[in-house]
Amino acid sequence: MGVKVSLSVSLGVVLAIVVVALVGGEVSTLQPVFGIFVPYAAFVIFLVGFIYRVVDWGRSPVPYRIPTTCGQQKTLPWIKQNKIENPSSTLGVIGRMILEVFAFRSLFRHTKAEMASGNIVYGASKWIWLGAILFHYSFLIIAVRHLRLFLEPVPFFINGLDLVDGMFQIGAPTLYLTDLLLIGAVSYLLVRRLIVPKMRYISLANDYFPLFLILGIGISGVLMRFFIRVDIVSVKELTMGLATLHPVMPEGIGAIFFVHVALISTLFAYFPFSKLMHAGGVFLSPGRNLANTNRAKMHVNPWEYPVKIHPYEDYEDEFREKMKEAGIPVERE
Amino acid sequence: MAKNPEYYESLNIDYKPPRGNWMDRPVDIKKGIYCYPARPVVLENVGMNDRSDWGKYWVIEDEDWELPDDWKERFLNKMRDMLGKYRTFKIYMDICVRCGACADKCHYFLGSGDPLNMPVMRAELLRSIYRGEFTKTGKMLGSLVGARKLTKNALKQLWYYMFQCSECRRCSVFCPYGIDTAEITIMGREIMNELGMNIAWVQESVSKCIHTGNHLGLQPQAYKECLDAMMYDIEDNVGISFEPTFNRKGAEILFVTPSGDVFADPGIFTLAGYLMLFEHLGLDYTWSTYASEGGDFGYFTANEMAKRMNGKIYAEAKRLGVKWILGGECGHMWRVLNQYMTTWHGPINFLEEPVSPITGTKFENAKAHKMVHIMEFVADLIKHNKLKLDPSRNDHLKVTYHDSCNPARAMGLLEEPRYVIKNVCNNFYEMPENTIREQTYCCGSGSGLNASENMELRLRGGFPRQNALRYVADKYGVNMMACICAIDRAALPPAAQYWNPDVGVTGVTELVANALIMEGEGPRTHNLRGFEIATWEPEP
Repeated sequence: MGVKVSLSVSLGVVLAIVVVALVGGEVSTLQPVFGIFVPYAAFVIFLVGFIYRVVDWGRSPVPYRIPTTCGQQKTLPWIKQNKIENPSSTLGVIGRMILEVFAFRSLFRHTKAEMASGNIVYGASKWIWLGAILFHYSFLIIAVRHLRLFLEPVPFFINGLDLVDGMFQIGAPTLYLTDLLLIGAVSYLLVRRLIVPKMRYISLANDYFPLFLILGIGISGVLMRFFIRVDIVSVKELTMGLATLHPVMPEGIGAIFFVHVALISTLFAYFPFSKLMHAGGVFLSPGRNLANTNRAKMHVNPWEYPVKIHPYEDYEDEFREKMKEAGIPVERE
Repeated sequence: MAKNPEYYESLNIDYKPPRGNWMDRPVDIKKGIYCYPARPVVLENVGMNDRSDWGKYWVIEDEDWELPDDWKERFLNKMRDMLGKYRTFKIYMDICVRCGACADKCHYFLGSGDPLNMPVMRAELLRSIYRGEFTKTGKMLGSLVGARKLTKNALKQLWYYMFQCSECRRCSVFCPYGIDTAEITIMGREIMNELGMNIAWVQESVSKCIHTGNHLGLQPQAYKECLDAMMYDIEDNVGISFEPTFNRKGAEILFVTPSGDVFADPGIFTLAGYLMLFEHLGLDYTWSTYASEGGDFGYFTANEMAKRMNGKIYAEAKRLGVKWILGGECGHMWRVLNQYMTTWHGPINFLEEPVSPITGTKFENAKAHKMVHIMEFVADLIKHNKLKLDPSRNDHLKVTYHDSCNPARAMGLLEEPRYVIKNVCNNFYEMPENTIREQTYCCGSGSGLNASENMELRLRGGFPRQNALRYVADKYGVNMMACICAIDRAALPPAAQYWNPDVGVTGVTELVANALIMEGEGPRTHNLRGFEIATWEPEP
C-alpha cells in the first residue's frame, strides 16, 4: 500500500472509533457497552493475547547462542572484558538487558550516515533515541498516574508522581508535563515517518495506526482535563467498579470520556496482534539476552541431530596413492 | 601520500528512496550485482539442498526459473519448519517496529543507495511473506498491513537481496531489539535452498570441500605442495629451512586455517607467518589435508550443510589424537566455531582443555570448545615475552586494522589483534570509530559473495570500509590494512585497488613473522613478500 492509503486508512479507523464512541456515549443504553463491556473485552484480549504470544515465543527453541557481541570478549586475564556489551555471566546479561530495556542502549548508538562530496559522513543523531525514550517514559508515568482511578485509597507514590508531573503548576487543573511530552514525542515520531524519505518508504499502516491511536488517546485525555470537563467522581465510580469486578454505570459522564476509553480499549485489543509486542519480545531476543560463552560452556540445542560427515576413510580411499607418493601418512597401506 | 582516484569526488550515491510502494514493483535484477546460480551438475554428489534431484538448470535472465512444480509448498513448509525451530526467526519476524535505526548501517545500502538494501527492507521482503502466509491479520488485511502472498516475483526479489547481504551483523548492533539481519538472511537462504536456489560460488565450494576437504579443491598432495612452495620463499627471505608435518598422529596440536591462505596472495604470506611462528616455538603440531578448511561455506547454504563441513575438524582431531586445536585467522570460520561448533558436536571429551605449551596459560574461555584463536595464542606469547621481536622491520608500513565482522560481532576479539599489531609494528593508526570494533564494516564480499561476476556489488559494498581507509591514508599516510580474515585478504585487495590503490592488505600473522627474530635466521634483508627491509643494517 502506498503512503496515502496507509495514512488515510490508519487515520480513518481512529476517527471512526472516535465518532462511534462520541455517538454511542450520548446514548444512555449504549453507555454500559462503551464503559464496561468494551474495556473488559479489550483487557481480556490484551491479557490472553500478550501471554499467548510470549509463551509461544518462550516455548520455541533457542538452538544456538548467537548474541551480537558489542565489546571485548572474556579471554586472557590481562585483557579487560566488556562485561555488559559482551557478557559472559547471567549478571552481565541482566546488565545488558537493563540498559537495553530501560535506557534503549542500542538506539543510543544511532548515527546518521550521509554522502558529502564522495565521502560518507557520520553525524551523531540522538533525536530518535530522545523521541523514543520520552514517549515511552511519559506513557509509563501517565499509565501509573491513572492507577489512582483504580485504587482506593490512592497510594502515596501516585500522589507524589502527580505532584512532580505537575510541578510547573501551569493552569488549573495543573498541566502535566508528561501529557505535553507524550503528545510532542508521538507527533515527532509521526512527522519523522512522514517527512524523512527513508522512513516514509519503510512505514506501513501498522506503523501509522498505533501512532494515531496514541495521539488520539493523548488528545482526548487533555481535552477531558482542560476543555470538555467530565464528572470525575462518576468516572472514579465507574473505574472502581471495573477494578473490583462490580461494574456500575453512573449517569452523566460526558461523551468525550467514552472516546478516550474506546481508543484505549482499541490499543489494548490491538496490542497482541501488532508490532507493539516488541514490549515482550525485547526480553526474549536471542541477539541480546544470551551470554557469549559458547567456547567455555556447551549450549544444548534441543533438536540437534547427527549428520553425515564425509569420513576420513573415504577420503583416504580416494587419495591414498597420491598421499603415499607425497609422503603424507596413511592409515592403510 | 595516497592520491585519490578522480571518480571518488564525483561519487554521489543518492540515499533517498523513490516514492511509491516497493511491493508493487517487479524485481529488477542487475548484472554485476547478482552471482551466478548453482549448476545442478556440480552438485550431484553433495546430496542435499540442491537441484540435483530434479536437475534443472536455471538462468537468471529467463522469466522462468525452472522451479519444481511444488515450489510454493516446499518454500512454505520449510519456512514453517524453521519458524518452529528458531526463536530468533519467529521473534524477528514479529517485533520489528521499523524505527529505521538500521537503515543507513548496511554497507550495501551505503554503497548502492538501493532502498531494498536497507536491513529493515531486506527483512521486510521475507516478513511480508510471513505476514501474508502465516498470520491471520496478514491473511485478512493483505497489503494494508504489509502482507503479501508468496509469488514468483517475491521469490526472485528475495533471492536477489538475500545474496546482497554478507551476514556481517553491523545493523544488529544498532537495532533496539537486537534483530539480526544475518539470522534472517540465513533463514531466507536455507528456505530457498529447498528450491535449489543458491549460488555457484557457494555451492561449488561446498561440493569441493566435502570431497577434498577444502574449498579450493586442493587434493592432499597439492595442498602439501602449496606449503612446500612457501617453504622455498621462507628459505630465501629468512634463511631457515624446515619441514612442517601433515596428518601426523600424536601431535599435541592440530592447526586449522582457511584454505584461501594456502593458495592466494596475500594470504600465503600469512600462511608463511604461521609456519615460521610455529617453527620458532618448536610447537608440536600438525597440518591436516583432510580437515584442510577452517572456513565453512556450508554455513551459507543450510545449517545441516554447515555442520557437515565443520564436523571434519573434530573428526580429524579425534583420529590424530591431538590434545587441542589451534585456529588461524578467519572471519566466518570463527563465527561458526564460536557460536555453533560446540553445540553441533559437543560435548568434546576426546580433547583436553587448551594449554599453551610455551607459556602454560590455560585458555579457560575455550575449555568446552577446545579451540584457541591464533590471536589469543600470540597475544599470550607476547605478553609472556616468548617472542623476540624487531618491530622496526615493519617500519616501512603505516598500519591500520580492519576488524573482520565475525571476530568482532560474533566473538568480541577486539583487543588481542591490536595488542599483537602494536607489538610488531611501530606505526599503527585507527580508522574512525564508527567504522571499527563492533561498528566495523564488512569488506563487501562476505558470506560467499566474493565471486567475480558480482564485482559491482562487491566494490559498492566495500566502499564504506574503503572510505574509512582513505581517511587514514590521507591523514596519516597509512599504506597497509591488517585483518584477520581470509575472505578479507581475498576481497579487500581488489576493493582497495579501486578505492585506495596505494594501500596493501595483510594478515596480522604476516606482520608478526616479519618482526620475529628466529634462531639461526640469516640476514633479514627482505620481508616475506620479497621487499627490502629499509631498517636492515649489516652487523659491523
